[in-house]
Amino acid sequence: MDPVQISLLGVPGRAVLWALAIAAFGVFGWRIYQLVGLLRQGRFENRFDRLGWRVGHFLRNVLLQPRIFNERSIGLPHFLIFWGFVLYAGCFNWGLIRGLLPFVPIPYPDEVPVVRLFLELFAVLVLAGLGVALARRLFFPPKYLHLSFDANLILFLIAVLMLSNLFGSAFTQVAEGSPATGWAPFGSLLAAALSGVSKGAAHSLAIAMWWLHMIVVLGFLVYLPYSKHLHLLASPFNVFFNNPELPADLTLPGAPAEISAGASRWQELTWKQLFGGFSCAECGRCDRSCPAAAAGFPLQPQQIIQKVKQHLLATTIDQPRSAAGSPAPSLIGDVFTEGEIWACTTCMACMNCCAVWNEQVPLIVTLRRHLVSQGQVERTVQDMLANLTRYGNSFGKSDRMRAKWVQSGGLKIKDARKEPVEYLWFVGDYASFDPRLEEITRKTARVFQAASLDFGLLFEGERNAGNDVRRVGEEGLFELLRDRNLQTLAKARFQKIVTTDPHTYNTLKHEYRVDGRPLEVVHYTELLDQLIRDGRLPLKPRSNGPVTYHDPCYLGRYNRIYDPPRRVLAALGLELREMPRHRDTSYCCGAGGGRIWMEDTADVKERPAENRIREAAALEGVRTFVVACPKDIAMFRDAVKTTGQEGRIAVQDIAELVWDAVENAMTPAKGATA
Amino acid sequence: MNIVVLLKMVPDTVEELNVGADGRSLDAEFLRYKLGDPDEHAIEQALLLKEKHGGTVTLVALDAPEVDDVLFTALAKGADRAIKLTGAESPPGTPVLAQAVAACVRGVWNPLPADTLILCGSYAIDDLEGELAPWLATAFEIPLAMVVAGVQIEDGGRKAVVTREFFGGLRGEFELDLPAILGIQSAEKPPRYVPIAKVRAAMKSARIDSQAAELPEPPAGLELGRMAKPEAAGHAQMLEGDPDKVADQIIEVLAQQSLI
Amino acid sequence: MANPILVLAEHLRGSLTEVTFEMLGAARALAQSTGAPVQALLVGSGVEPLAAQLGAADSVLLVDRPDLANPSSEQVSLAAEQAAGKTGAGLIFVAGTNVSTGIGTLLAARAKLPLVNFCREIKVADGRPTFVSQLFGGKVFAEVRMAGDRGVVSLYPGAFRAEAGRADKAAPVERCDLQAPPAKVRFRRFVEPETGDVDITRQDVLVAVGRGIQSQDNLALAEELAQVLKGAVCASRPVIDQGWLPLSRQVGKSGMSVKPRLYIALGISGAPEHWEGMQSSRLIIAFNTDPKAPIFDGSQYGVCGDLLDYVPALTEKLKARSS
Repeated sequence: MDPVQISLLGVPGRAVLWALAIAAFGVFGWRIYQLVGLLRQGRFENRFDRLGWRVGHFLRNVLLQPRIFNERSIGLPHFLIFWGFVLYAGCFNWGLIRGLLPFVPIPYPDEVPVVRLFLELFAVLVLAGLGVALARRLFFPPKYLHLSFDANLILFLIAVLMLSNLFGSAFTQVAEGSPATGWAPFGSLLAAALSGVSKGAAHSLAIAMWWLHMIVVLGFLVYLPYSKHLHLLASPFNVFFNNPELPADLTLPGAPAEISAGASRWQELTWKQLFGGFSCAECGRCDRSCPAAAAGFPLQPQQIIQKVKQHLLATTIDQPRSAAGSPAPSLIGDVFTEGEIWACTTCMACMNCCAVWNEQVPLIVTLRRHLVSQGQVERTVQDMLANLTRYGNSFGKSDRMRAKWVQSGGLKIKDARKEPVEYLWFVGDYASFDPRLEEITRKTARVFQAASLDFGLLFEGERNAGNDVRRVGEEGLFELLRDRNLQTLAKARFQKIVTTDPHTYNTLKHEYRVDGRPLEVVHYTELLDQLIRDGRLPLKPRSNGPVTYHDPCYLGRYNRIYDPPRRVLAALGLELREMPRHRDTSYCCGAGGGRIWMEDTADVKERPAENRIREAAALEGVRTFVVACPKDIAMFRDAVKTTGQEGRIAVQDIAELVWDAVENAMTPAKGATA
Repeated sequence: MNIVVLLKMVPDTVEELNVGADGRSLDAEFLRYKLGDPDEHAIEQALLLKEKHGGTVTLVALDAPEVDDVLFTALAKGADRAIKLTGAESPPGTPVLAQAVAACVRGVWNPLPADTLILCGSYAIDDLEGELAPWLATAFEIPLAMVVAGVQIEDGGRKAVVTREFFGGLRGEFELDLPAILGIQSAEKPPRYVPIAKVRAAMKSARIDSQAAELPEPPAGLELGRMAKPEAAGHAQMLEGDPDKVADQIIEVLAQQSLI
Repeated sequence: MANPILVLAEHLRGSLTEVTFEMLGAARALAQSTGAPVQALLVGSGVEPLAAQLGAADSVLLVDRPDLANPSSEQVSLAAEQAAGKTGAGLIFVAGTNVSTGIGTLLAARAKLPLVNFCREIKVADGRPTFVSQLFGGKVFAEVRMAGDRGVVSLYPGAFRAEAGRADKAAPVERCDLQAPPAKVRFRRFVEPETGDVDITRQDVLVAVGRGIQSQDNLALAEELAQVLKGAVCASRPVIDQGWLPLSRQVGKSGMSVKPRLYIALGISGAPEHWEGMQSSRLIIAFNTDPKAPIFDGSQYGVCGDLLDYVPALTEKLKARSS
C-alpha cells in the first residue's frame, strides 16, 4: 500500500505531496532565513571556539536534558516528548523522501518492523507525556509558567500526530487482514477493536491517517518558527553555543568603548543575546528561582529574554503595518524599565536552572552598561562609584584606613609588598572597612596565625577587586580597579591568593590575568579545610550544633565550592542541618550585583535575606546560621533583626566558629573545666 | 551663553589632615586634593544651563595635584574647554587666586560678552581670606549672588533669576543683569555621574590649555600664626557594652533629666 | 581709645537674627579688653524699630531707605564701607551665615581690607586680637592676626554667646545716608519652605539621622524611637538631599536651628554646618560607628557602634518601661 499512489480530486497524490512539501519548506525556510538575517545584525561574538567542549555540552544537555528533570512532574514527560519528536521527525523525513522520490529503493518507515515498534511505543509514551503536560497546565500550573493558547495547540497537534500513527497502523492491519503482531502491539490492539470496519474503508482510513500525519507535520513546520516552539529548533543550538565562562567572567570580545557603552538598541546586543529569545520555552523555571521576582521587585528573568525577542520581531519582520512610520519603541524605557534592569542580584539562580542554557545575567549587565554610560544611576550607587574611583573602596574612607583592623587589633601581619609570603590575603572592602566585620576579620587572621600560615596583605595598596562594579555595568571603573590591583600585585611576592569575600574570589579568579594566565586563588573555606586536613589547626569544639550553612552565590553556583565549608563544619564536630534550598539551589541574600548599594523599591514584599532567615528558622533545633561571605554577615544579621528572629538564630562566619575551637584548644586545661 | 566655571581644589578631609612642622601649613604627606562639593554643583549647574540655553562652558582652575582628573571629568560631562593656570607653588589665598583667575578671564574675553555667567562654589573649606566670588565681582564690577540653589535665565539671556538659600528652608529670589557671577551652593539636580570610559575618552580627545598664572604678591594684611588640630572642648562620655546595657544607661540618663 | 568695632546687624523679614546678638556679644567682649566703642550698623527699609534691640552697642548707625528692602550684599557692603569711613571703624564684624555670606568679602575686596573668615573665637594679647578660624570643615584651626588696625571679620554663627549681645537699654541712633548707584541685584520675592507635617523647632525631643543611617528603610528605626520619646525625626543635609525626608526636617546651616531638650544623633558625623543648627540642644546623645567622629566632641553621651543594634534595643526598653 503506497499512500501517495492515490488521486486527490483528480490530482496525483505524489504531486499534491510535492506541492505541500515545497510550500511548507519554502515558508519555513524563508522564516528561518529572516531570523538568521536578524541575528546577523547583532554584534558579533565568537561562540565558535572550543568545539570539543561544545559537542560534549550538547550531547549531555540536549540529549539527556538533566535540567528538565530538576522539576520532577514535567521532567520525564518532556524527555519522552522530546525523544518521540526526534524519532517522529526522522521518520517523517524518511517517509517524505520515500513518498516524493519513488525511485529511491527504500520502504516506508512503518514497513520496517522494528521502526514500527518504536513508533508505536513512543506514540503511547508521548501521549502519556502529553496527558501529564496538559493536566499540569490545566490543574496544577507552577507559578510563572506561560499558559498560552499556543502551547495548548501544540500539545493538541502532537497528540494528533501520535494518534494518526497508531490508527494508521491499526487500519493498515485491518485493511490487510494481517494477524496481530508484537511489532505493532498497540496497532494490533486497536485493530482488534476496529475489526468491524470493512477492508475497503480501513484501507481508505489508513491512507487518510498517513496524509493527516504528513499534513500536520508540514503544518507544524510552518507554524514552528512563528510560535514559542521555535525553541525546539533553536535551543539545541543555544546549548551548543553556550559560553561556559559566563557569568563568572563577564569579559566580552570587541572594542572596549563599544562594550562599556552597553546596549540601547537591539542591534547593540550580540547575536547570541538575540538568539536566546528564540530558544526560550517560556517554562518559567528562571522566574521561579529568581529572588528578585520572589521579593516583589519588578524583575522576571524570563521576561528579560522574552522581551528581547518580542521587541526584535515586532520592530522588524513582524512589524504590524499600522506601526510602520511611527517611532520604534526604545529598548530601555519602553521595552525594559530601569527598575527591572537594576533589580537583578546576579545570583545566577536563573542561569543555573535554565533548561536551554539562556544567559540572562550578562544581558542584564549589558543593559546596565548603557544606563551607566548615560549616567542614569541611582544616587546611592553613584556615590559608591565615585568613592571607588577616588578611594578604591565603596565606603568612601581613606585607603590608609584599609588595614586599620590590623593595628587596632594589635596584630602583626606581613606586608606582601615588602617581603615574600606564601598566601596573599586579599581582604576585600567589607571585611576591611565595615565596623561590624572587623572582629571577624581579626579572628580569621588569628586562625591563620594559629596554623602558622605564611601570609601577608597588600595593606593600603589593595583596591576593591571590581566584581560588583562590573556587574553594576561600570566597565571602565572595573578596568581601572583591576589595573591598579594588578600593578600592586606585580610588586608583591606571593604564591597564591586567599580571599574572604566570594565576590572578590570570583573576579580575581576569572577576570584577572597576569601575562594571559589566571591567578591562583583560593577561598578561605578551601584554605581552612586544607589546614584542618593537614592537621595544622588545633581544634577543640565548644558545641556540636546543630547549625545550618548558607552557600554564597558567588562561591556555590558561580564556583561550585560546596564541600570545603561543609568539611570544615564537620571537622568542628558540628551537626549540619541543610536548608531545603542548599548547594546549587541556595537562595541569594540580595546583596550581589551592586544591590547592596541600592535602595529597595517600595513594592518589596519580603527581602531575599528575610525569606532565607525564615527558611533557616524553620529548621528544628538550628540556632546558628553559618555563612562564608562578609556581605552575608551584613545582610543576614540585618534580616535576623527585621524578621524578629533575634535570640532565635545567630548569624556567624565560619571563621568565627573555627577560631572558637582553636582558641579553646590553645587555652590551658583550666579553660576547659571552667 | 558664555558660561565660565571657576574651580578650586581643596584638601580632601577624608584623608587625615595634619599640621606640618612649620606649624602654619598642612603636612603634605597624606594630603590629597579634590573639588569642593559646591564646586561640583557649580559644574552641574553650568551643564544644566548649557543644555537648556546652549552656549559653551569654560572651566578655569589653578594647577593642583589631581586637577587634571577633575578637569577631564568635567570635560567628559560636557564642558567645552578647560584652562589650567600653572605656576603656583602652594595654594594661594583667595585674593591672589581671584586676581590670577581674573587676569585669565580678561585674557580670553575683554570685555566680558553680555551673556556671560560666571559660576563658582559658594564657599570652600579653606576660604580663610574670604570667598572667591565676591573678589571677582569686585574685580569685574558685575553683580553677585551667593548661596545660590537655582538659576533661571530670562529676557533672552540678559537676566538671571536666582534662588538663594537663607535658613529654615526659606529661600529668596533675586534677579541680576548679565554678565554676573554666582556662588553656587547646590545645583538644581545632583551632580551627574560620568562613567570612567568617558573620562578616559576625554583624556584622549580633549585638551587642557595650560597657561602661566599671573600671581600677584599676597596682600600683607594678615599674619597667619599657629595652625592646630582642634582640641575638643569636651568629649562625650562613651557608653560601653551590649545594646541592652547601653539602652539601660541611656534610660537612666533620660530619667535623671526627667525626659521620660 | 581704639578704633570703633562696627557690627553689621543682620535681619530678615523684619527681625534681627540670632547671629546679630552673637556678634554684638563678641564685640563687647573684645571692647572690654581694647576699650573700643561698639557700633551697630542697620541697613534696610523700615528697620528703624529694630534699632531699639541693639542696646549692647554704644551707638547704632541706621541706613533706612525704601530702596533697601531686602538689600543686596553689594548695597550692605557699600553702606558698611561708607559708615566705617565716617566713624573711623577699625574692625568690622559680619555674619558668616547664608544671609550675609559675601558681604564681608565684598567689603574687604572693595576697601582693600584684610579679612578673616570662619572666626570661632577671639583672643586678646597685648591689646591685639588674635582670631581663631575654623578651616577644612573643622579639622584644623588657624590663629590669625591682622597687620593693621583695620579689617573685616566674618563670625561663625553659633560660635559666640548671644546673651552677651543683648541689653535692656537702647543705644543712641544716628541716621546716615548711603551714596550708592542703583542696585545691580534686585530682590523679587521670598520662596516659602514647604510647610512640613511637623515643626521640628517646637519639639522637645528630636531624633536626627545622618548619612550613617545608610538606607531609607532604616528611617523606620528612628521614627519608632522618636515615637516612644514623643518627639520627631529630623536629618542632616545628606539625608534631605537623598529625598528621604522633606526639607522641613533639615537641621543645620540651610535648615532649621533647633534647641530641643534632647537631641539623639544617629549616624551624624557632626560637620560644622550641622552643628550650627543643633548646638544649643540641652542634651545630646550621639550614635556613630566612627569613634573619631566630631559629633562625640560636643555630645554629652556617645555610643560607638551599629545603629541597627543599639537603636532597636533602646526603643524596646523604652516601650517596655512606658507600658
